[in-house]
Amino acid sequence: MRYMELLSGNEAIAQGAWEAGVRIGVAYPGTPSTETMECFATKEGVYAEWCPNEKVALEVGLGASAAGARVLATMKHVGVNVAADPLFTAAYTGVGGGLVILAADDPGMHSSQNEQDSRFYALAARIPIFEPSDSAEALRFTKEAYDLSERFDVPVMIRSTVRISHAKTLVEVGKRTEVSLKEYTKDPAKWVMMPAFAKLRRSVQDARVASLKEAAESCSCNEVMMKDSAQGIICSGAAYHYVVEALPHASVFKLGITWPLPAQALKDFEGAVDKLYVVEEASDYLSAQVKALGIQVADTPKTLPLAGELTPDIVRQAFGGKPRQAFEPFEGLPNRPPALCPGCPHRLVFKELTRARALITGDIGCYTLGALAPLSAMDTCVDMGASISMAHGFELVMGETEKPQPVVAVIGDSTFAHSGLTSLMNTVYNQGGGTVAILDNRTTAMTGRQGNPFNGETLQERPTRELDLETVVAALGVTDIKTIDPFNMKAVRQAIKEALANKDLSVLIFRAPCILLEKTRDVPVFVDETCTDCGVCTSLGCPAISRDVLAQRAVIDEALCVGCGQCEQYCASSSIRKSGSW
Amino acid sequence: MSTEPITVLLCGVGGQGTILAADLLAHSAQAAGYEVKLSEVHGMAQRGGAVTTIVRFGEKVSAMVTDEGCADVVIAFETTEALRNISYLKADGKLLVNDETKKPLPVLTGKMEMPPDARGTLTKLGASLVPATKIAREIGNEKCSNVVLLGALANEVGIGKSFWEAQIETRLPARLTEINLTAFRAGFAYEEEAGLQ
Repeated sequence: MRYMELLSGNEAIAQGAWEAGVRIGVAYPGTPSTETMECFATKEGVYAEWCPNEKVALEVGLGASAAGARVLATMKHVGVNVAADPLFTAAYTGVGGGLVILAADDPGMHSSQNEQDSRFYALAARIPIFEPSDSAEALRFTKEAYDLSERFDVPVMIRSTVRISHAKTLVEVGKRTEVSLKEYTKDPAKWVMMPAFAKLRRSVQDARVASLKEAAESCSCNEVMMKDSAQGIICSGAAYHYVVEALPHASVFKLGITWPLPAQALKDFEGAVDKLYVVEEASDYLSAQVKALGIQVADTPKTLPLAGELTPDIVRQAFGGKPRQAFEPFEGLPNRPPALCPGCPHRLVFKELTRARALITGDIGCYTLGALAPLSAMDTCVDMGASISMAHGFELVMGETEKPQPVVAVIGDSTFAHSGLTSLMNTVYNQGGGTVAILDNRTTAMTGRQGNPFNGETLQERPTRELDLETVVAALGVTDIKTIDPFNMKAVRQAIKEALANKDLSVLIFRAPCILLEKTRDVPVFVDETCTDCGVCTSLGCPAISRDVLAQRAVIDEALCVGCGQCEQYCASSSIRKSGSW
Repeated sequence: MSTEPITVLLCGVGGQGTILAADLLAHSAQAAGYEVKLSEVHGMAQRGGAVTTIVRFGEKVSAMVTDEGCADVVIAFETTEALRNISYLKADGKLLVNDETKKPLPVLTGKMEMPPDARGTLTKLGASLVPATKIAREIGNEKCSNVVLLGALANEVGIGKSFWEAQIETRLPARLTEINLTAFRAGFAYEEEAGLQ
């Protein structure tokens, strides 16, 4: 009997890799890719690790592949930027054991800083890319990807999006096929990419591209569903399901591989329909590639949006469908942005940095939420590690501006390990000043509390050593290093004051575990009748604290309060006290 | 059951158990023999932000997302989120709301105001207000309010009671099975009675 399971796309990719005999998994966590490696790590007979960043992960993966094993590397779309350096040259070397890279894109930017389309990487690096449209395909295509990788000696990408990675659909799971290691033999012409050898590999790549294009023509992952010939739609991924729902009579060419494209098959499809359209999400990758084949692509009656996710109705309306009758959206509702948790050790640091009127270069993680009101404690946030390097850039120019401000970079422990080290090295090397605040909450919090080199936890709970942050920073040449308890307002204030007064570079390490790591909570606090309604406690942006407008005082939600004591320290009238009733 | 799939949109605030509820719904539908798709967005939503999850089931399901005016049921864990997602409901759809209000941060800090008379507006729109948090508290664990709501939902979507209970028994930690079964039955009984009135 067939055994069907309801799996997310991420779980299905992990299952597919396991069934394909993959031995090694490498990753840096990033939404929406994270659960793939977490799930793979729990499988029988595999080794999996978190790496400090995606570049390192892919290089570890390439080494393991060269040594003969099948390898899975997973990352979010912006992680591919970090891994792009090895990626483009791995596209020359090719592989030993099959090497598959998951790039999980985030159209709609649910949890990302941009909306880039990973298919452009496949095009640029000239490596095949699979695009599953549900979990069943995610599993099947992953297995296909390993065969393709070894058959054509090439790394292969799988592109998912948030609606594939985080959607659960029915999957038939199978058994693992053990795959023996490919034999490694020393072969500098394949693995040493110096110009003389790389030139040779470039022509190997050219020949490979030609055979990949031929293979794409007959690939079972591409499917044509002929219905009414008036409209033909080329699509892939989640968009396929929206097309099926919005245009039930249209003929559809569903691409399972979006580079290289099956040129002849697409031309045949063009000939079989009156008008041909491309439907894709937050990108014009596919339409541009189809047009480049000399195929006439018609414009939809209403233009498809170039940004954000599609839905069936957006597709329906693009083809002339009328807006649906629906209840009027309710106007004027307060929005509900995410916030730093009650008891978050980052809160007080942001409050004090704002108080010190610092220009704050931020970074990627939970603490990016410090940018939102009421803390509003961030001037920039661009990419992993940019806080430190952008702070140095600000410092170089700030002295010449009319309103110079002290500059403080704010970065988390995992992000510091990912890309902050090299930035800090640069600031030291070039005699930069300013302040770097490392918010060490002992985990990679935003993506669900994964291990990293500075908390000394590995993915499969193997024993390891914890890197000592102070020693590492000192070894990079920083002399002014302080470690501070971020729950102690006076200590935080004093440390920031001293650091900002210091012309040389200071590194402040604010260390306290993420409140979600240790689920212990202290006695909650309450506000007594002496409250003057000054509003300082609410300015901390704690979800447990609100203002009762009628009673003209602050109120603390006992159910949410964890008794961290941050607000108590700000209350000038000493009206916030520990509740005795807990 | 019609050949058109049933679409349920679950909405609430991060930490209210919407994702677990959606998972139980999806697995119950699967056990009852339907094709199922579930789509959720986490990430930023984990930090107290608004959360929506979509579950679609039927003989054949295509899209894993839905559109305004397309949900057969909107099940809201909180009144403000019910209003926020009202446009997703079909004209003849069912709106099931936990009679509970959680103020978002801009309201807590005094920057924005809560909608006036959310309960009244929802009642006018034909919502069933279920005191799920109150029922769960009476049973002994406020966190079971999500399963109380599932019990209320069970009346609406044509999946037999036994399928739900089997999922509660197999998918939750053993120590939580009994209290969640009680929560489910209490929600079921509440909605059944409300339907009779």
